[in-house]
Formats: sequence, structure tokens, C-alpha cells
Amino acid sequence: MPHKVISLISVGRHPQSGRSRRADQDSRAVELGLKLAGTDLDVVHAGNAEEPVLRQYAGMGLQKVTVLEQTETADAIPALSSYLKAEKADIVLTGVRSESGESSGMTPYLLAEQLGWPIVARVADIVEIKDGEAQVLLALPRGQRRQVTVKLPFIASIDNAAQAARQSAFGPGLRAKMDTQTGSTEEDNVRVNWSEAPAKARPKRLKVVKAKTAADRFKAATAKPQGGLGKVMKNESAQEKAQAIFDLLIEEKVIR
Amino acid sequence: MSDIIRRDPRAEWIMRNRLHPLHEQYASQEEGGEVRGPSGLIRKFPHKVGFIGPNGIKRIDRLKGNATAPKGKRSAAAQEVQLPLHKVDSPDYYIMMVADMVGGRLTGHDKDILGLAHKLIVEQGGNGAVVAVCFGEVKEDNFDTAGVDRVLHIEGEAFEGYAPEARVQALTKVEAQYSVKHWLFPDSIHGGCDLASRLAARLGERPATQAWQVNAEQSVSRGASASLDITRQTPKILMLLEECADAIDETRHEATPMFLDDVSVAAATIKDKGLIAVDPNAIPMAEAEFILSAGNGIHNWDQFHEASKVLGATEGASRVAVDDGFMPRSRQVGATGTWVTARVYVAVGISGAIQHMQGIGQVDKVVAINTDAGCDMVKRAALSVIGDSEEILAELMKLVAEHKQTSLSDQAEENSNAA
Ligand SMILES: Cc1cc2nc3c(=O)[nH]c(=O)nc-3n(C[C@H](O)[C@H](O)[C@H](O)COP(=O)(O)OP(=O)(O)OC[C@H]3O[C@@H](n4cnc5c(N)ncnc54)[C@H](O)[C@@H]3O)c2cc1C
Repeated sequence: MPHKVISLISVGRHPQSGRSRRADQDSRAVELGLKLAGTDLDVVHAGNAEEPVLRQYAGMGLQKVTVLEQTETADAIPALSSYLKAEKADIVLTGVRSESGESSGMTPYLLAEQLGWPIVARVADIVEIKDGEAQVLLALPRGQRRQVTVKLPFIASIDNAAQAARQSAFGPGLRAKMDTQTGSTEEDNVRVNWSEAPAKARPKRLKVVKAKTAADRFKAATAKPQGGLGKVMKNESAQEKAQAIFDLLIEEKVIR
Repeated sequence: MSDIIRRDPRAEWIMRNRLHPLHEQYASQEEGGEVRGPSGLIRKFPHKVGFIGPNGIKRIDRLKGNATAPKGKRSAAAQEVQLPLHKVDSPDYYIMMVADMVGGRLTGHDKDILGLAHKLIVEQGGNGAVVAVCFGEVKEDNFDTAGVDRVLHIEGEAFEGYAPEARVQALTKVEAQYSVKHWLFPDSIHGGCDLASRLAARLGERPATQAWQVNAEQSVSRGASASLDITRQTPKILMLLEECADAIDETRHEATPMFLDDVSVAAATIKDKGLIAVDPNAIPMAEAEFILSAGNGIHNWDQFHEASKVLGATEGASRVAVDDGFMPRSRQVGATGTWVTARVYVAVGISGAIQHMQGIGQVDKVVAINTDAGCDMVKRAALSVIGDSEEILAELMKLVAEHKQTSLSDQAEENSNAA
């Protein structure tokens, strides 16, 4: 039985020009969805059905895009969670953080909490799905990967380390069908009280030398690396020296 | 009598002021009085001039007592300064700071957030304590100077490795057991952001993410891929960016342990299958965790490449090794190469020129293998071995190969036991 895969998409923002575009992580989620489910992939957006960016997603080879029609200020979570429940999704793919709006990255977590499903964050790839369990590769810092298995159904947020999205074709994007349904009307009441402004540049942290005397300040400004802090092994045998290095590498867990 | 020398500012002032009516009196007290010869002339006794300095050498004070420094013997050698201890007895509320603890130690990011936690307590008033919540292995020994009043170390096999579900269950129990005012998390890729989002969803709190300017009333956080500043009331759960506040550096804290009564957790639905071996040379060098770097002291390059493969380290090089054509330009570490952030950096036959040192400024642990015990790399290193690189690399490879053998056979044994 093929699995029901749903990718959630949002409107992205180009980092330099600020124009709306396909969001990077979301389009990677669509790409991964296409790998898992082919054309059976269901792509869902909660928001405005007239949004031209949706056509860019559709240009990745989608027959249709499901839009849960709602206003910009409405909360997307109730609409999405009832849709996912109704559709009996097995795997839901999202980005880690949206590129517009609050960018809190809470959507997958809130959906998981409401549906009672597990969530795996920062997924680089879904390797295989077998016996109701998926083998998932997580992207860790410093280019490392971790393998986990998780039971279906689950939600995965897709990291930038996942396979890059394919190009979007303009014509097929225009021809794709927009399947609109009514979304939620619940307004986001907390956000009304926030004030928003274009981001200010963050001040650079200065290196402040907290020295009590002029001599200390002088030393802080001119000091060369001081010896005596580290351990120096001179007269031991080569084997003992290698052992010391080895012990340090084991202790720091860089050798496994 | 105490060792402390007390200054008498009035006496010093009189000593400086030659027109003061009491100046004569004070000055002669200092010099042992004036001596007049038989003809009434003032005589100086040359052997009485000066005093014996702190290391036994005679010193002559040519300022004639006009120096303002206190007289007498110097106090004992500069002691290590004991920072004042900040104590919190029976706190009314706690600020929980869930640390990333990369490699078992507080990161710079964690320390900034601890600084922020203390700032929040000062602004809010009341008797609050800052708690560092940590999971897994802890190797940190400087909790006290980082500003940690209490340490809540949640131990157990369920929390080791990748266990966000177990961890968030433990955190909800902490929330139930203690009166928590704020939850502070580093908004980092080391798991802080993930855990914070899970906790926020579980508790039904709306967190501030990517917050960078926080006080007791208001917090400013970034939105819309860092193009928007959102100002709002400070929520209970905060995910903070780096450099959100200054780390604690002027006080010492108790860092007394705290305990969670109930650490049982439900079975995890996400099962950790461990880390996957990745090609270390495919990792961008600026991100690599473990670098084996070669300099002019490498003569056997085949052996070096083999060593990096055996150790599973990313390769780096000094400029000389690159200029001589032994390594590609993309592997150069330093001012004109890559600035690395590795946790462990093994410098083999690298002297430590300043241009190279700039590139490894952010490295935690440097290991130097060098024939010259006086070079700058040895001064920077946490561990230096003095000897020929070829010999030591050969021994090291032998040890690692043995280690891999035994761990493999251990695994095989476990598997056969399980079967
Ligand atoms: C503008 C400018 C930019 C530069 N940028 C960079 C840069 O980005 N990165 C960089 O690395 N350099 C840079 N340099 C060059 C830098 O100044 C040094 O020349 C260079 O780093 C030295 O490389 P090294 O330590 O490998 O060689 P050396 O200084 O020759 O040191 C070799 C070391 O190996 C030891 N040794 C010798 N034989 C053995 C043995 N058998 N076993 C063990 N140890 C042995 C020696 O004791 C010595 O300490 C720059 C220079 C300039 C002028």
C-alpha cells in the first residue's frame, strides 16, 4: 500500500531582494515528498489561493496544490491539523522555519502535539519505509548524520542538508490546479499586541578588557601565548606519547 | 599583625608638600633624622641612604620620599583572586536554562544565556536562582564561575544520545516540581531549539524564538528570516540567539546540585540508531569537528593521509605544505585560508606562525606534535608531544587500529549474546 505523504508549503522570502519566492526548506520538503510518493504527493498551503508563489511550487511537477483558504492573520494550525486528520496522512513534511511571518518554526511541533504524532526535526533524508516504520537521517551540526527509526504516522521538518529542490517549470506551474477548501477563521489574537519593525543591525560585541591596572591592560594588549598551561611530553617513549594523544581523542569522543 | 599595608594618605600628602608646616617632621622621621657635623653643616651618612628592597637588593629612593606608593615591604606574591560568592538561599523562583553542553561542556552560547538569566533576576527582583539543566555526560568543572546557582543534572540511559522525547518529558516534570519563572534555551542547532519547541508545544506556551534583546518586560526577536524585529511581552519560554547578553565574569556561584524526583519516562517512538559514518573530507573544513593538520614537519605524506583516514579526521594544512604542493589550497588553515572551529585540532609539524594561529583561534583543544619544544604551537596546545612526527603518527595509528578491532569484536560479542 503506498503511503500518504503530504508536504506543507509556505511563501518564502528572498534573502537579498525580499521578494516572495519558493521557500528553500519547503521546496526541499516537496522534493523529498516527490521522491517518496511520486505524483501522489499532496502539497498543502494554508493561506491565499491567488498567491503566485504557489505556481512556482506547482512547477516542480505537481498536478494540483491544495489550498486551505484563509486570511493572512488567521491561525494555520487548526485548519492544517483537521486536514491532516481527515486525509489520514502517514508522513507530513515541512520546513524547519518559515521565511516569512514569525518564523518561529513551531508549526510542525504544534501539529505533532495536536495529532499526538512523533516529530523528527532537521531531517536530511528518509531512506526507506518498511513495516510501518521509517528510517530517517537527521542532519547534525558539523556535517554529521544520525540515523533514527520512527513509526508512521509522523511529522518531519526538513533541513537545508536535504536534497536541493528541482527547477520549477513555468508553464506546468500555470496549468496546475488549485484545489481550494475553506481554512480556519480563528484569528491569531496574541500577535495583535506585537509591534513589528524592520530588523536593526545587531551591535557587534566588543572585546572589553576588564583590567584593574595599566600594567594588566598593557599585558592584555601585547601578551604572546603563555606556556605552562598545556601538558608537554618530552622524554617519554613514542608509544607513551601516542597513548596520551589517543586518550585525549577518546576523551573528546572524536574517535569512536 | 596582618600582612596588609595601610596607607596613610594624610602622611603621604604632607610628604609631598614641602611647604606644609609638618613636612620637616615627617620627612626626618622617614629618613632617620637630620645629622649636623661639628661645623654645623648637614652631613649625609652615605651608608644609611636607601633601604633593602623586596629581593634583598639595596634600593635608593631618589624621590626623597616623595613617591606616593606605600612604604615598607611588599605584600606576598599576587594571590589568585577569589571572586565574590553570590549566594541564593531558598529561592522563591527558578530560571531554568537548558544548556546545549556540546561535548559535555557549557558553550559560549550557554554562558551568554546564563548571564541573561541573572540580568532577568536583577530586573524582576525577588530571590531567584539560575538553574543549569543538563542531560547526558557532563564534563564541565566551571559551573560556579559561569553563573550557575543550581545544577539539575538529569541522568539515566533514557536521556543519552538522541532522546528529545524523553528529555521533554523530564522537563515537563521539572515544570511541575519547581516554580519556574522562565525557560531559557539556546536557539541553536545543537538541540536547544528542538527541545524548546517541543516543550513549548507540550506546555501550550507561545515561545519567543530567535530572541536577542530581552528584559523583564519586553523581548525583541527576529522573524521573517531575520528581516523583522518583533517586540512583545517577554514570554515564559525563550529561545535566545548568541550574544544576547554578556556572560558572568565577576562573581562565583554555588552550583549546588538539584534533583528531579521522578525520572521515569514512557518508551520512545523515535529510536536512535547512532551516528552514521560520513566521509570526513566531505565536511566543509570550517565546520569539521576533528582536524588533523600537516605542516612543514611532515615528510611522509602517504603516511599522513593514511593517518587521517584511520583517525577519521578532516585534513588540514599549513601554508607551507600547500605552497610546496603537498596539499590542495582548499585545505589551508589560517589567515589566508579557512578559519576553523574544530573541537580538536592536531597540528603535526606546524610551528604556529601567527597567520596560522589566527585560523585556529576558535579551536577548543589543540594537540601539537613537533620536534621543537619552544615553538608557539606548543605554547597554545593543551597537549604537546615532542618527537618525530612519523614515529608518533605510526604509533597512534597502531593504537587506533587496535581500538577499532576491540570495539568491533565487542559488538560482535554483543550481537551473538543477543541472538
Ligand atoms: C601574508 C601571509 C599570510 C599567511 N597566511 C597563512 C595562512 O593562512 N596559513 C598558514 O598556515 N600560514 C600562513 N602564512 C605563512 C606563515 O607565516 C608560516 O610561514 C607558515 O604557517 C609556517 O608553516 P609551518 O608551520 O608548516 O612550517 P615551519 O614554520 O617550517 O614549521 C615546521 C615545524 O615542524 C617541525 N618539524 C620539523 N620536522 C619535524 C618532524 N620530523 N617531526 C615533527 N615536527 C617537525 C619544526 O620544529 C617546526 O616547528 C602566511 C604568511 C604571510 C606572509
